[in-house]
Amino acid sequence: MKMPRNNTASLWSAIIASGNLSSHLWAGPEANASWGELAQASILESRPGELRNQSVLIATLHQFSSIAALIELDGIARRIVLYPHDLSKEHIQYVAETADVDFVVTDRPDMASLLPQSCRLVRSGRAIVPANIDRGNPIETEWILLTSGTTGHPKLVLHTYATLAGDIDRADPVVWATFYDMRRYGGLSIFLRALVTGSSLVLRAPQESSPDLVARAALHGVTHFSGTPSHWRSVLMSSAAELMRPQNVRMSGEIADQAILNHVQQQYPQATVTHAFASTEAGVVFEVNDGLMGVPAEIIESSSRVELKVKNRTLRIRSRRAALRYLDKGSPSLKDDDGFVDSGDELELRDGRYYFAGRRDGTINVGGFKVHPEEVEAAINRHPEVAMSLVKAKKSPITGALVIADVVLRLPQSGSSNSVAVQSDILRFCRRELAPHMVPTAINIVPMLAIGEAGKMVRRNA
Amino acid sequence: MDTKSEIIAQFKQVAQEQDKRLAPLTDDLALLDSGLDSLCFAIVVARLENSLGVDPFSDDEDARFPVTFGDFIRFYENAAK
Repeated sequence: MKMPRNNTASLWSAIIASGNLSSHLWAGPEANASWGELAQASILESRPGELRNQSVLIATLHQFSSIAALIELDGIARRIVLYPHDLSKEHIQYVAETADVDFVVTDRPDMASLLPQSCRLVRSGRAIVPANIDRGNPIETEWILLTSGTTGHPKLVLHTYATLAGDIDRADPVVWATFYDMRRYGGLSIFLRALVTGSSLVLRAPQESSPDLVARAALHGVTHFSGTPSHWRSVLMSSAAELMRPQNVRMSGEIADQAILNHVQQQYPQATVTHAFASTEAGVVFEVNDGLMGVPAEIIESSSRVELKVKNRTLRIRSRRAALRYLDKGSPSLKDDDGFVDSGDELELRDGRYYFAGRRDGTINVGGFKVHPEEVEAAINRHPEVAMSLVKAKKSPITGALVIADVVLRLPQSGSSNSVAVQSDILRFCRRELAPHMVPTAINIVPMLAIGEAGKMVRRNA
Repeated sequence: MDTKSEIIAQFKQVAQEQDKRLAPLTDDLALLDSGLDSLCFAIVVARLENSLGVDPFSDDEDARFPVTFGDFIRFYENAAK
């Protein structure tokens, strides 16, 4: 049943409009509350009204605290920046300066010393307390999401409640759960679906494993569950998979291959298995429910709410769910002159279906983590014995892809034992310099790399 | 080297490289309690594809994923047949 689209302006008014105040947010021990409680509460140790019309960055350890602060401040603060807790804290100064942040809400003592002097600190408490917040004259708060950039800094992507939640249909309440963190686009979109529809929501507690989250979601009667194909592969390799019977299993964030679609359907024969394509910049673009990998051409060619086109093999999207712009100074425009977002994802048309064929910029997706080959090559090239390197993807049935590298040495190695020693030394070097998913899983010593006509290395994925 | 010893060797090797504490590899050990995460399993599967010449995770789209270490070994032994 379709009901009128929700046009409310803030999280607080959306909770009230959902009419389902007793549905719960469950985010771990001592981190749960009903939507009704969250709508009438405060988690901030600050004077009421102090944050009105200010730019506020939220950097808490726990998702629950970020949610409580977000609900408290949406419609009141001028701008809210969501800082994922797994994002390196070394970026906080860049983010705070780029977003003109006035206040930082945090429960992390390690953050304070890293902030620009112009920022003031607001501690978030461990629990919410009932509060009467003045909701008069709400403003349209800007929401800033962070996404990985090619330069090493995250990019700051500007959304509003309208771009993120304006298109969510009211629906009967269900019980959602997600492996995603709600401080990033994938998790935030599930959080908003739950909030707008008055559904309960089970979120990961800090350090909680995927099987433990599944077990907890099962206790709360989860009906709709969202994660990457890699999350689902790890669930199917645990006995926790048996504990629940979801009606809808949703995958996004990585390409869903036929094997994982089949495996999930076998495990949950009663469930609708959906794979969706979304990005921080373009928003939710489409969903596929027919159990097959790839996308039926008619979805691309005649989508009703979102306009799609394939130009130069890459997917372009025009949608009111798309972000408005990047905040970063000097960053390229988020949309072209006609308002289309270039996803950078390459598509191939075969027999009436489009299939994803990797990223134009060569970004490798390792279990939902984006790896820029140039960043890994830069680390390998710092090794004293390396002349040049080419980083590429190798397909993996577990994480979608793995990183591998072809390496040219400065001096040819005399024996095979020597080259094994150099390989392990380069790997040790990479492990010191790079996050685990960025470290190549194999180093191939090669005599030379192909250089194209423009003088650039020829990139082709394995 | 037989399939089982090769698998044990790769589990140990990857655990050491990734700085993970590996649980004793008994047949009824749940894979997710082994100490290895998804990235580690992805590396193990890629290395076994090189050394054993099979990747049962990719080769059979309908096979049930292994849950215990014993399942994992049988998964590879059946694929090698």
